Amino acid sequence: MNLSMKWLGDYVKADMPIKDYCHALTMSGSKVEGYEVEGEKISKVVIGKILSKVPHENADALFVCQVEVGAEAPIQIVTNAKNVKEGDIVPVALDGATLPEGKIKKGKLRGVESFGMFCGLDTLGLTINDFPYADPDGVLVIEEECEIGQDIHHALGLNDTSVEFEITSNRPDCLSVIGLARETAATYNLPLTVKEPEFKGIDGDINEMLKVDIHNTEKCQRYCAGIVKNVKIGPSPRWMRERLRASGVRPINNFVDITNYVMLEYGQPMHAFDLRYVEGGHINVRNAVNGEKIMTLDGVERELTEDMLVIADEKKPVAVAGVMGGEYSGIMEDTTTVVFESAYFEPSQVRRTSKNLKLKSDASSRYEKGVDRLISMTCLKRAFELVEELGAGEVIKTVIDCDYTDKTPASVDFDSAWINEFLGTDIPEADMIDYLNRLGFEVKDGKAIAPSFRIDIECRADIAEEVARIYGYNNIPSTDFRGVAKAEFTEEQKFVRTLRNTSASLGGYEIATYSFVSPKYFDKIKLSEDSKLRKVVKIVNPLGEDTSVMRTTTIPSMLDVLSFNYNNRNEKACLFEISKEYIPVDEKRNYEGDEAILVNSGKLRHEYKYQLPDEPQRLTIGMYGGNSDFYTLKGMVEQIFAEINISDVEYIRANDCDIFDEKSALHPGRSAVIIKDGKYLGIMGEIHPEVQENYKLGVKTYVAKLNIPEMLELSCDEISYKPLPKFPASTRDLSVIVDDEVPVAEIEKAIRGAVGKILEKVTLFDVYKGKQIEDGKKSVSYSISMRSHEGTLTDEQADGAMKKALKALAAIGAELRM
Amino acid sequence: MKEQLEKIEALAKQELESCTQIKELDDLRVKYLGKKGELTAILKQMGKLSAEERPVIGQLANQVRADIEEALSTKLATLKANAQAEQLKSETIDITLPGKTAPMGKLHPLTKVENEIREIFMGMGFDIADGPEVDDDYHVFEALNLPPDHPARDTQDTFYIEGTDETVLLRTQTSSVQVHVMETQKPPIRIISPGRVFRSDAVDATHSPLFHQIEGLVIDKGIKMSDLKGTLEMLMKKLYGNDCKLRFRPHHFPFTEPSCEVDISCFNCGGCGCSMCKDEGYIELLGAGMVHPKVLENCGIDSTVYSGFAFGLGLERMVMGRYDINDLRLLYENDVRFLEQF
Repeated sequence: MNLSMKWLGDYVKADMPIKDYCHALTMSGSKVEGYEVEGEKISKVVIGKILSKVPHENADALFVCQVEVGAEAPIQIVTNAKNVKEGDIVPVALDGATLPEGKIKKGKLRGVESFGMFCGLDTLGLTINDFPYADPDGVLVIEEECEIGQDIHHALGLNDTSVEFEITSNRPDCLSVIGLARETAATYNLPLTVKEPEFKGIDGDINEMLKVDIHNTEKCQRYCAGIVKNVKIGPSPRWMRERLRASGVRPINNFVDITNYVMLEYGQPMHAFDLRYVEGGHINVRNAVNGEKIMTLDGVERELTEDMLVIADEKKPVAVAGVMGGEYSGIMEDTTTVVFESAYFEPSQVRRTSKNLKLKSDASSRYEKGVDRLISMTCLKRAFELVEELGAGEVIKTVIDCDYTDKTPASVDFDSAWINEFLGTDIPEADMIDYLNRLGFEVKDGKAIAPSFRIDIECRADIAEEVARIYGYNNIPSTDFRGVAKAEFTEEQKFVRTLRNTSASLGGYEIATYSFVSPKYFDKIKLSEDSKLRKVVKIVNPLGEDTSVMRTTTIPSMLDVLSFNYNNRNEKACLFEISKEYIPVDEKRNYEGDEAILVNSGKLRHEYKYQLPDEPQRLTIGMYGGNSDFYTLKGMVEQIFAEINISDVEYIRANDCDIFDEKSALHPGRSAVIIKDGKYLGIMGEIHPEVQENYKLGVKTYVAKLNIPEMLELSCDEISYKPLPKFPASTRDLSVIVDDEVPVAEIEKAIRGAVGKILEKVTLFDVYKGKQIEDGKKSVSYSISMRSHEGTLTDEQADGAMKKALKALAAIGAELRM
Repeated sequence: MKEQLEKIEALAKQELESCTQIKELDDLRVKYLGKKGELTAILKQMGKLSAEERPVIGQLANQVRADIEEALSTKLATLKANAQAEQLKSETIDITLPGKTAPMGKLHPLTKVENEIREIFMGMGFDIADGPEVDDDYHVFEALNLPPDHPARDTQDTFYIEGTDETVLLRTQTSSVQVHVMETQKPPIRIISPGRVFRSDAVDATHSPLFHQIEGLVIDKGIKMSDLKGTLEMLMKKLYGNDCKLRFRPHHFPFTEPSCEVDISCFNCGGCGCSMCKDEGYIELLGAGMVHPKVLENCGIDSTVYSGFAFGLGLERMVMGRYDINDLRLLYENDVRFLEQF
């Protein structure tokens, strides 16, 4: 809402410095976004009169003028303007003048001195709407009365200040000059002068010309109408155009301008239409018939439904109630008789209609927020007052008022003690009543009675807010509240914190990515057509395809970031993210379960029709460069498992497992699924070359996705100390030759099984293929440490254990390397 | 004999003087004091002496031995010290060469600031609550006093989920967690809830369709608006130092009454007005208010017995202010050269 300070001055004397005003209104609840002083960028521009105009001696397109500018002697100005002549009154920028486009200095044009410049609309920052009679491309030839030499600001009314307010949705009454005047008066404790409009009118019975019937008095609670005869369509006077301009509204013609003026002044949308097009002179406010059509003012044919309200004549709808008029209903050049409408439509009705038709207007946005339901008639009168003031036509004295509004004001408990307790203040009751009175409330018998324009008052907390904002939020003290509270992280929160800190301490940089992705990612990571991951939670109204589905796997987001870094020439990256996947759930929502958890409400307040998706948390790791390989990633994963006390996890080939469909993104020979106790903890591996190419990654890239809920279930944060050994360990080294396909995990398992209780540690220290080793075989070397807690192991015990190990190894085809 | 002894001592000391190696010292020890050494050789002749002379010479011989031994050990100490000094000198390294580091990552700036805020609130006794990001209309809007057709829904720019008749959506505010918590927990309640929220804002330097909020909620008997002010002031002083000032401005949120927006004195100019704060002296920081009685009732809490306050702050804005980041997109691009700075 842009407020003209001059207009405001009609109702309240607000002559304080503009900065103070903006601050005070902001602090009492009407937030000021900024203000603009009109003509601020213009100086040393005055009214001049052209005394003579002769052609330039050296240039065909130029003229030399002598201009009277209120100084002792006329000044000479060289111009190329064709639309000016001797005797014209024009704006003159003098030597040293400032214009929005820059400074004006005297100079010579083709050898002839020029001491200034004539200004057109553009140069002054004006438009054709401000001066409809002006030549849009030439110099502004002023037709109004003004004095020669007068400053342009005063001469043209470029001296208003426009204040931009951000009005919240609960205060539609402040989307008007009078509404803001009320707030101003309440804030500064100044008198507010709003008088009831009056018009003289001419004799005549409106009922002979127009009949109004409201068929749905719930959705249209009031309809006031009046008629203006012998209308004279033309431009509005300058003062009205100036005020409209300062309010950000384009002046059009006197009738349109009057409806806009009243809307800006009171907040009440007005509609003016040609009586010729109301067939039968009969207005019916009724529900539309399904399939009924209307061509709205914007030239679009719209099909209506029966839940919409229309203003119709005897045959057809002429306007969508509160939203927009029909094509022929507007004011035209040959219009002679105009009907003015001022009505109250129920807000949600207008809102739904506007939404369903995808049609918004100034009127609909005001109606849907809620206008004062008692001012329809006042506004009609104001419009007629203006019609008479502007000499725009003859108003018929009698008007129509179909009124079904409920006039009971909103009334809520007023309890000053409770308000003070609620706010933590000590405001005297008399002060509270004063604040409320200033805001238009009446306080009596323990009740605060709201004025009709305050549609937001429903409970005592609303009254507390009114008191608080006039008292000043910043005058409320700051206190510490009491009560014992225990605060602690949940198991899950602690666990996630550990994962996060561990991942970072292992070299990972944490990233943050969007939860929604493009469905194209599924192909990018080569997911099979029937993959369950393709079943997604889809957004109806996404910003674009790139953010149109909720991700069912975090891996593409990680690959995106790796690719971004690679293509930004970062030579290496090790990244991790803790974030959610969104997995659609098929089953029907379990009402009873929901009900059971609602301990406070006790009953289910809402029918849940659709099951919400699961949102499991994932730890995703990704890396490339810096000599990283599969085992770098695996090492990081192992250390994470060590930190959360999950031991003895098993790594199986991703291809042998159907749990993670993302295996399609991984190299089949270099990927693993991590399992423990039948729980699938995650998947990891090298990116498949095709996927690598899809992401424009020029190096081998590795990713892991770990399932946090499953890990949390297995993790153990109980640590119990084991005594330090009293006896020395015996160590034996062992190298075996085995088929290349045998995984080392199997060899290790054989050793563990054979050595038994005295085994302390098996450490793999070498895997060798090549010279001296037969093709298809590999040499694997272990250091095996054994120890007993009962005594020092003898050589016989240690060697015996090794013999058993060799026997077990032989069983899996591993032979001692000689 | 006496002369012989004195001569040996003089000779030994002379030879010691010119000795420069520890090994030479050992040779000298053998030469003079060893079993076959010169002093021993003389002592072997002691038997030839008279009974009167024997103790005198004996004493002198012991004295000479002791003197030589002391001279030897003094010299040894000197030589050792010299040798060590030499060694230390030769081992000197360039201490300006870079250190050998273990790989070490960093937490995302959003996490860092969130952690800081979590810690401050945990210190004030706030638990941390979580809620779903894909939620239903009831928890995100209706229970929060935003019934269908409420005009404030316009400002929310909600993403809706397909096939749910607009009843399932991406939460536009963490305030939905208030409802989840109040439905399942009896007062006193004291929680914060950090998390992702979604609004259909096109990406630019200050907008993102996904961002983070931290919601706060306190419900108990006798909670006042002054408690809200005290809590937020405590938070900001801990985050930004004791000099920062807060400004509470009336505002409107459907789920709080009274509602306010809270501004903090400009980080740049401290409140006198500059280009960063558009000459305001203050920067908008968060929204807050007293929980609307209808919201309490919707969640089954008796609004005549309990009252409370709630607030929601935008994490991105705090992170950007904290680290002078001027473009929101950097937070979601995750360039390592950006990430390693925090």
